[in-house]
Amino acid sequence: MNLPLLWIIPALPIAAVALNLLVGDRLGRRGIAWLACGAVGLAFLAAVRAALTLAALPEGERQVVETAYTWMRVGDFSIQVAFLLDPLSTVMALVVTGVGFLIHVYSVGYMAHDPSYRRFFLYLNLFMFAMLTLVLADNLLLMFVGWEGVGLCSYLLIGFWYERPSAAEAGKKAFIVNRIGDFGVILGMLMLFTYGGSLQYERLFAMAPHVFALGGGLITGAMLLMFLGATGKSAQLPLYTWLPDAMEGPTPVSALIHAATMVTAGVYLVARCHVLFELAPVALQTVAVIGAATALFAATIGIAQNDIKRVLAYSTVSQLGYMFLACGVGAFGAAIFHLMTHAFFKALLFLGAGSVIHALSDEQDLRRMGGLASRLPWTHATMLTATLAISGIPPFAGFFSKDEILHGAFASGHHVIWLVGLIGAALTAFYMFRLYVLCFRGPSRVTPEAAHHLHESPPTMIVPLVVLAALSVVGGWVGLPLLAGGHPFERWLAPSVESAAGAHGEAAAHAMSAGGAWLLMALSVAVALAGIALAVRAYLQDPEIAGRLRERLRVVHAVVFHKYWVDEIYDALVVSPIYRLSRWLWRVWDVKVVDGTVNGVGFTFEGVSAVLRLFQTGFVGTYALIFTIGVAVLLYHFLRG
Amino acid sequence: MNVLPTPVLLAVDWWALGAVLALSAGILLLLLLEFFPAQARSNRSAIVALLTLAAAGWSVFHVRDAKREIFGGMFVHDGFTVFFTLLFCAAGALAVLLSWDYVKRTRINQAEYYALLLSATAGMIIMAASNDLITIFLGLELMSLALYVLVGFQRHHLESNEAALKYFLLGAFASGFLLYGIALLYGATGTTGLGQMAAVMIDSPMLGNPLFLLGGLLLIIGFGFKVSAVPFHMWTPDAYEGAPTSITAFMSVGAKAAGFAALLRVLMRAMGDVQADWIPILSGLAILTMTVGNITALLQNNLKRMLAYSSIAHAGYVLIAVVAGGRDGAASALFYLAIYAVMNLGAFGVLTLLGREREERVLISDLAGLGFRHPALGIALTLFMISLGGIPPTAGFMAKVYVFSAALNAGLVPLVIIGVLNSVVAIFYYLRVTVALYMEEPQGEPVYVSWATPGVIALIASVVLTLWWGIQANGLLAAAQRSVLGLL
Repeated sequence: MNLPLLWIIPALPIAAVALNLLVGDRLGRRGIAWLACGAVGLAFLAAVRAALTLAALPEGERQVVETAYTWMRVGDFSIQVAFLLDPLSTVMALVVTGVGFLIHVYSVGYMAHDPSYRRFFLYLNLFMFAMLTLVLADNLLLMFVGWEGVGLCSYLLIGFWYERPSAAEAGKKAFIVNRIGDFGVILGMLMLFTYGGSLQYERLFAMAPHVFALGGGLITGAMLLMFLGATGKSAQLPLYTWLPDAMEGPTPVSALIHAATMVTAGVYLVARCHVLFELAPVALQTVAVIGAATALFAATIGIAQNDIKRVLAYSTVSQLGYMFLACGVGAFGAAIFHLMTHAFFKALLFLGAGSVIHALSDEQDLRRMGGLASRLPWTHATMLTATLAISGIPPFAGFFSKDEILHGAFASGHHVIWLVGLIGAALTAFYMFRLYVLCFRGPSRVTPEAAHHLHESPPTMIVPLVVLAALSVVGGWVGLPLLAGGHPFERWLAPSVESAAGAHGEAAAHAMSAGGAWLLMALSVAVALAGIALAVRAYLQDPEIAGRLRERLRVVHAVVFHKYWVDEIYDALVVSPIYRLSRWLWRVWDVKVVDGTVNGVGFTFEGVSAVLRLFQTGFVGTYALIFTIGVAVLLYHFLRG
Repeated sequence: MNVLPTPVLLAVDWWALGAVLALSAGILLLLLLEFFPAQARSNRSAIVALLTLAAAGWSVFHVRDAKREIFGGMFVHDGFTVFFTLLFCAAGALAVLLSWDYVKRTRINQAEYYALLLSATAGMIIMAASNDLITIFLGLELMSLALYVLVGFQRHHLESNEAALKYFLLGAFASGFLLYGIALLYGATGTTGLGQMAAVMIDSPMLGNPLFLLGGLLLIIGFGFKVSAVPFHMWTPDAYEGAPTSITAFMSVGAKAAGFAALLRVLMRAMGDVQADWIPILSGLAILTMTVGNITALLQNNLKRMLAYSSIAHAGYVLIAVVAGGRDGAASALFYLAIYAVMNLGAFGVLTLLGREREERVLISDLAGLGFRHPALGIALTLFMISLGGIPPTAGFMAKVYVFSAALNAGLVPLVIIGVLNSVVAIFYYLRVTVALYMEEPQGEPVYVSWATPGVIALIASVVLTLWWGIQANGLLAAAQRSVLGLL
């Protein structure tokens, strides 16, 4: 068989990292740009080649494992460094390298004036390596290497402009919140390894139904822990707080990591482990509920934000909620479908926002934009495409995937979740068109100095926008029910994400009458149009309405505007108690009073005697006392037991 | 009763004692060479020490597959001994490389420094190779006495004196407990040999014998002191902070590994039958050690002190492996200790390069901006921090994975949960170092880096091993698993 040479896909960006480290200082900006973009471009070609190789195989055999070497062997189990090519990893690899390449090209223009050009592309390539390892890994442990790698790169890139204290803070916050999620992944992984007997996907999935009882406590616990990790990485309730702050990073980073790729890793993980989640209905139900709740919750916050990137950040949180919702109701194919279309239009939205910010000399506040449509024609046209796509207007990409999700929820009997999703869809259309109108329509509120420098972005930034805009239109068509015998995308993914329960859901879906399906579709388009109409009316035609609404719903607005005070609550409940505990422990366990006094006195006789006196009267005694107390406690425990 | 070694001296298999003999020869040579005065910047002692360690390592490595008992079974040469001997020799060699320039610039470049370093190494080897409580104690004291002096080696440095005195007083205190424990065990079983003790237990089970259990408990306390388990850890931050940084590096890995080696051998060889009695105690110690270590480390501003608390926390993780027991538990402890040795030596190694002359620049704020001024050093320190924090693809991650999976296999679910939670908290203070390296501006004069080739070689070796064992863990893992076979 024609080997797909999988390892080369992650190897290309890491090779670029190595070259950048070794000879980057001699390459110049042009050379660095070519190196970074070239590596990712080649990785994309390699992914395409792998996809074609896979597509050439008969449907039942579309699963290729490429083993590099044995990583560690524990008892009878061994863990390999191995890569897996199957329909799911193919889609992920194509999205990551494809969108990643476009964003690399965009960055060449966006970061052109940044002094840390080389460092930026170094981190970006490192991220690509980690992300590709994550999606191509053949076992959970290697997946986790990528998982932590992307977290680390995300931290480095959020804090890229570390001179701003807020950026350094945001980076730290992202990393620490993610560690809470990682805690879940590590424990879940260890549980699967101990009781499931393997971390290799195929073996684990084959073994799982035999060792785990359906709905048993073990598998439910393990999968809830894994999902905790997913909520951290994919910014879901309750661990979403880091993502809006992550907007402190450069905009291409927001597009690549915090919209298109890394944050979808949690969705990928759930879809990848769908066999295990299906063994734990409670966990799956939790996924659905958390997803739906996040979709709605984040959408409400998005309505009241004034920073263009923050609106998009909450929108990302909300859209990821939809993907989890889809997973939770068993529509894994729809989740990955939405993951893909979302990667197109959300990357486009961020890059477009970046273009606006660039044009306005780093202005991010929607209240100081407006009327930019004629001044930034390319940015405007592409942003409008993406806005229509995310709002779910046919025939744009987002319509198909979102409709698929809502359809899946309704057809599988999750009517409440469907309703929440539908309301979320209306809110999405509303806040996105609020953003659009405030940015591009109406009178200009741009400050004079920004207006003076106002310019459309250079071609390296515009071309990726146009390509992504095209994808935001046609990207959904691979899911057309009428095309080529019905939904080619879902059929392609089926071997990876379909199983007993999935097929069941499918059957239920088909059981729904065609009329019912059309009705649902019409309903979701209708609510989207209503949201758009309301936004246009409130922010363009009659701006008074917005003010009056804000006045009348003062309390609601305050709650939403302050993001439900979640950050403050976390700070009070989690952060400060740990800090206080540490201080207290420090004082109890670390009796160090000598510090300043000794250094000041210096090596004199008085000093020596002072120190010796300290020895005699205090400290060693204290230490020995604690030692003895420890002994006493152990003895007591021992004699009693 | 012990049978006294037969007077036929030639019957002793000297190869099995090769490492200790080589080290003793090296120590004597170093002391003799002192009669021929050398310049203050002479490399003579360091070279002799390095060659001695190489010879010691080679002498066990070339008989690594042999299994022998000498001196009437008081001393064994098995896989376990070989593993730890190589570990101590490697740690000693890295410490010598790190000391090379450091002792010159802090003006403590004396042959005694290296002689004591070799004595401590010999003591550690004896602890790991002993099959008898008396020889274990002998090794422990040899190691400890050498370390007490080394901690206070900067005689003109007040903190160094203070640290040495505290370490010594508390060490003596702990030795008392250890000796008392040995006495009780002797009283209960009539022997100090681990093998004989196990045999006695098969004949007449010691379950519930208070003398025996109390003796074992005091032993655990004694070793707990050496590995800095909470609440016997109080000396650690002071001693680590006051000692010359190169010695801190050495003792933070060597003494800890030696303590665990002895603890493992005693528990597994002699007390296998009463393991159920130790599990709650060791579990409690593990939880306390990890938690207090990690949380107290959060607020430290001095890197040596922070790494001291970090080393306490790491002792907690190894205790989990000890509690897990069995082949995988013991092997994971060895695996962890080896990986901990390279990453911790690396972390302290970076510190040995900071500052000029006798100046100590070991505050976290001293690192500000260092990552940009010295990219290679910044990357190395970041790597060690990431590895200590247990983030893949570094060796530290594999070490934690193996320990936790062994513990889970042994059914220690709560312990694993607390361990993983701890490793999550720990990231915070390791991260502070990288934040300082890359995201802070230096206040005042930026720290001066005293580049030195030997130190750089040691750092490169640590970096390579930290990465290599993360990417390809199988070799070390297999070695660790083979090494514990003799204990089961």
